[in-house]
Amino acid sequence: MNIYRYIFRRLAGLPPLLLGVLTIAFLLSQVSQVDPLNSILPERMLSNPAAVAAAKARWGLDKSPLTQYFVYLQNVATGDLGVSFRTKRPVARDLMQRLPATLELVVAALLFGSVLGVATGVVAARFRDSVFDHAVRLFALFGSSIPVFWSGLVFLSIFSVQLGWTPGPGRLGSRTAAGPPITGLHTIDSLIQGNWPMFFEALSHLILPAIVLGWSVMGIISRLVRGSMLDVLSQDYIAMAKAKGAGGLRVLLRHALPNALIPAITVIGYSFAYLLTGAVLTETIFSWPGIGSYAVESARALDYPAIMGVTMLGGAAFLLTNLVTDIAYAIVDPKIKLQ
Amino acid sequence: MTAMGTPQNNNWAKALMSHLRRDFWSALPAYIGGLVVLFWIVVALTAPLWAPYSPLDMVGARLQPPSADHYFGTDGLGRDVLSRTLYGAAQSLPIAVVVVVVGATVGAVLGAAAGFLGGWTNTIVMRLVDVTLSFPPMLLAMAVAVALGPGLKTAAVAMIIVWWPLYARLMQSQVISVKQMDHVEAAVSSGVRRFRILWRYILPLSWTPILINATMDFGQVVLLAAALSFIGLGAAPPTPEWGQMISEGAVNFYTWWIAAAPGLAILSVVLALNFIGDRVRDVLDPRSTT
Repeated sequence: MNIYRYIFRRLAGLPPLLLGVLTIAFLLSQVSQVDPLNSILPERMLSNPAAVAAAKARWGLDKSPLTQYFVYLQNVATGDLGVSFRTKRPVARDLMQRLPATLELVVAALLFGSVLGVATGVVAARFRDSVFDHAVRLFALFGSSIPVFWSGLVFLSIFSVQLGWTPGPGRLGSRTAAGPPITGLHTIDSLIQGNWPMFFEALSHLILPAIVLGWSVMGIISRLVRGSMLDVLSQDYIAMAKAKGAGGLRVLLRHALPNALIPAITVIGYSFAYLLTGAVLTETIFSWPGIGSYAVESARALDYPAIMGVTMLGGAAFLLTNLVTDIAYAIVDPKIKLQ
Repeated sequence: MTAMGTPQNNNWAKALMSHLRRDFWSALPAYIGGLVVLFWIVVALTAPLWAPYSPLDMVGARLQPPSADHYFGTDGLGRDVLSRTLYGAAQSLPIAVVVVVVGATVGAVLGAAAGFLGGWTNTIVMRLVDVTLSFPPMLLAMAVAVALGPGLKTAAVAMIIVWWPLYARLMQSQVISVKQMDHVEAAVSSGVRRFRILWRYILPLSWTPILINATMDFGQVVLLAAALSFIGLGAAPPTPEWGQMISEGAVNFYTWWIAAAPGLAILSVVLALNFIGDRVRDVLDPRSTT
């Protein structure tokens, strides 16, 4: 099977899964004890019979559950995720507004986690069974064992409160106003505008949460890179390169690493799911105004449409990143069986 | 039955035991992990015997830093943090056991049915698995917990819903591969009844990976349970639950000790469980030992 047919087949498999995600969301909303009208209408409109009837007709609440299901699908397909009863605004608009903050955090965490994970994985493989190897393993295990909502708290109280090295929670200082959003990512926007003080401020706020979140995925990446480096280093072509006189570092970085990184693509791609889970908690601790803290605020207020919106967005994002990961893997590794 | 050739899976448990005896030093972290887990199980069962104070009553001044009277300080309501942490073990550990046991059982039964019966059963179960696994676990658990109403029980249900598909997928592939083995074909052709084939010829060779994965998942379940309580969807406030206690400590960064003990408790349990899981994987998966 060639690569284009593989991509086509994977893309064709996506809509049924997305439909499944929506169906689960719908079923959950049917199970929910919350009256759906509360989630659609602002409180003061609930006593207005005309508004209630109009809302019922629009969402098909006066019809059978099956009809409601189709109305719901139609609304979601047109980008209507309902109205949050905490913010009283359309959920879709809330999500779009908060997406850049989460994106900035997750990308920074992924960068930190994969750079550190690959570096430590390579060195651990090179000095296998050394003290360093064991130390990396322990550090990685700590990362996947520590609750991020606690490590965030500990880091904040050490580095911000006690030492004063990093700023407190939030994306920017309380007196700094963000300019008009271009990408919505403060670090990128300030670079585009050439606003250096703003860039360093955004960056300094980003460091701590990105480390906390990135640490949680660094372990799996480091572990995998170490394993695949060991596999690659034992192969004949490496012995060949050494025999031809290539230096140790050159063999490690030019000959072995590129091949060892191929399986790492998969784990880095899949770790996106862990990062989304971790982002929910990291954002809460760091008062980071992203999707994750939105989910928690909505959950605490039992704001059903909002939490369902986040879940659907998370599911869609997760499916897409997995797809991209698999396709990237298929392109990079010609040996993989495309099934 | 064993004469028909022992499939590799059956050796896993034996391999595990012999490795545990032989490689004492490389297994040391796992032994330490086992002791830590044992410690917390004892604490969960006997906390009232040796916790210095009641977990729910005001036993000192509010927000006192650690002292000789209160080794881990007091919280915003003047309760002893150490006592609450010790009692907390009885909240956080049982929920993880319930989630792993029920999740693995439900997943194994559905996965075995899917793999053995094939056809429509297989299609329906496996599509359900695919869809459930399309959600980031934390978000799905939150959505279910909100739909069912917050509380420790619904949090457990939410986590079971998140976890069963992993076991179902594992069991299904396992049953399908065992189904094609010679001894099963021999049993089929000699007219053994279908259910008996599943029970006596297939399942004994299929359940070990489920057990191993369940061991490795324990730590993640403890973390997720604490996370749900932390955001207010698990144990309700007066209950001494670790995640819930950390959220009380997160209110103010200057009173760091409120979250210190419960945080260390979660870290020690999960780290210990991961030490064990890590060792189990090393022994059973030759690729990762290289």
